[in-house]
Amino acid sequence: MGVISNGTTLLDAGALDSGIATGDMTLISTSTASSSATIDITSGIDSTYKEYIFKFIDIHQATDGADFQFQVDTGTNTSYNQTITSMGILSYHQEDDSAAALGAHSGSAILHQETGFQDLGRSLGNDNDQSLSGELHLFEPSSTTFVKHFMGVINEAANDNGTNQRFVAGYVNTTTAITRIRFKADSGNIDSGTIKMYGIK
Amino acid sequence: MAIISNATTIADAGAFSVSLGAMTLIKTLTASSSANLTFVHGSSSVVLDSTYPIYKFEFINIHPATNGADLKVGFRDGGTDYDATKTTTYFSAYHNEAGNDSGLAYDTGEDLAQSTGFQNICKSIGNGNDENGSGELFLFNPSSTTFVKHFMSNALAYEANDYILNVRVGGYCNVTAAIDGVQFSMNTGNIDSGTIKLYGIKDS
Repeated sequence: MGVISNGTTLLDAGALDSGIATGDMTLISTSTASSSATIDITSGIDSTYKEYIFKFIDIHQATDGADFQFQVDTGTNTSYNQTITSMGILSYHQEDDSAAALGAHSGSAILHQETGFQDLGRSLGNDNDQSLSGELHLFEPSSTTFVKHFMGVINEAANDNGTNQRFVAGYVNTTTAITRIRFKADSGNIDSGTIKMYGIK
Repeated sequence: MAIISNATTIADAGAFSVSLGAMTLIKTLTASSSANLTFVHGSSSVVLDSTYPIYKFEFINIHPATNGADLKVGFRDGGTDYDATKTTTYFSAYHNEAGNDSGLAYDTGEDLAQSTGFQNICKSIGNGNDENGSGELFLFNPSSTTFVKHFMSNALAYEANDYILNVRVGGYCNVTAAIDGVQFSMNTGNIDSGTIKLYGIKDS
């Protein structure tokens, strides 16, 4: 039996380790969009965890056809313009069965040593029932030795009435620690939706 | 302050703040020559509602009774049928044991366009004693009555013709009614054995 106060173990007769699972995935923060130009997460990204997962739940764009994007920054900087090289894969299928295919991203969907925002979702529908959900993994953002790898998988309700499953991966080509991340639409606001940040022990 | 014994809170004066983790095991179902494995909110301790914004199913060592059977999934959006309308994508990467065939391809025969049928998430699983299929499926915000319900799966099959097959499926239930039940079955024959676990990913 353990006696615990505010997260600190005061007494432990020895059974605590086997008795309580504290879990390997910890919710750090929840951000909720409400006609938001950006969603910035500026705390909680540090050396506490080797991996961070961002979960996107029903991101709904204000503008039909808008893309959903992210960028990161270091220290207390607010430029969100780190150099990224990335790749992507898209699997899509129209509701009317008129088209379906798998292909690699090209053009503006991917970055090559560029400082622009990386697309996670593209051409999203803004009908009342259309949204995007998925996740993005960011590996060891606090490293001062390595580039920072990321990979995401997203499912979208597209503005042309189809489903898109999109895979995005790449690295932030810096050896400076990443401390913050920004999510936004490339046009208009994020009308609604939730982003949850988890740390993996 | 909290007093806890073997993971059970005996007393909590209100300051309890130990994180117990963000992923909670809700239910484990084990197949034994089963026609299906079904999770229904409110039945047999299953939670599948607004308690969690994201649910994760892990299917482990699914062994079909019939060689080459597919593992499929359907979603319930009211009533008792698992017939929520879906539009999906399906592609796979494959490689055979002989080492003479491998590739990556979209399969227009396995995706769905506004269909009420079950979605194939693990194709052509062998029924040899050591053959099986395993993977995971995420279901987002099933209790929403505003948005479509996104889901994504990633599965591996020891395929009937001795391939490793990695199947990726994404899509949405194109309904605004809440999803309150999920059913897994083979396209032919029973699920001989295997386990499916349902987890909730915590909201707070």
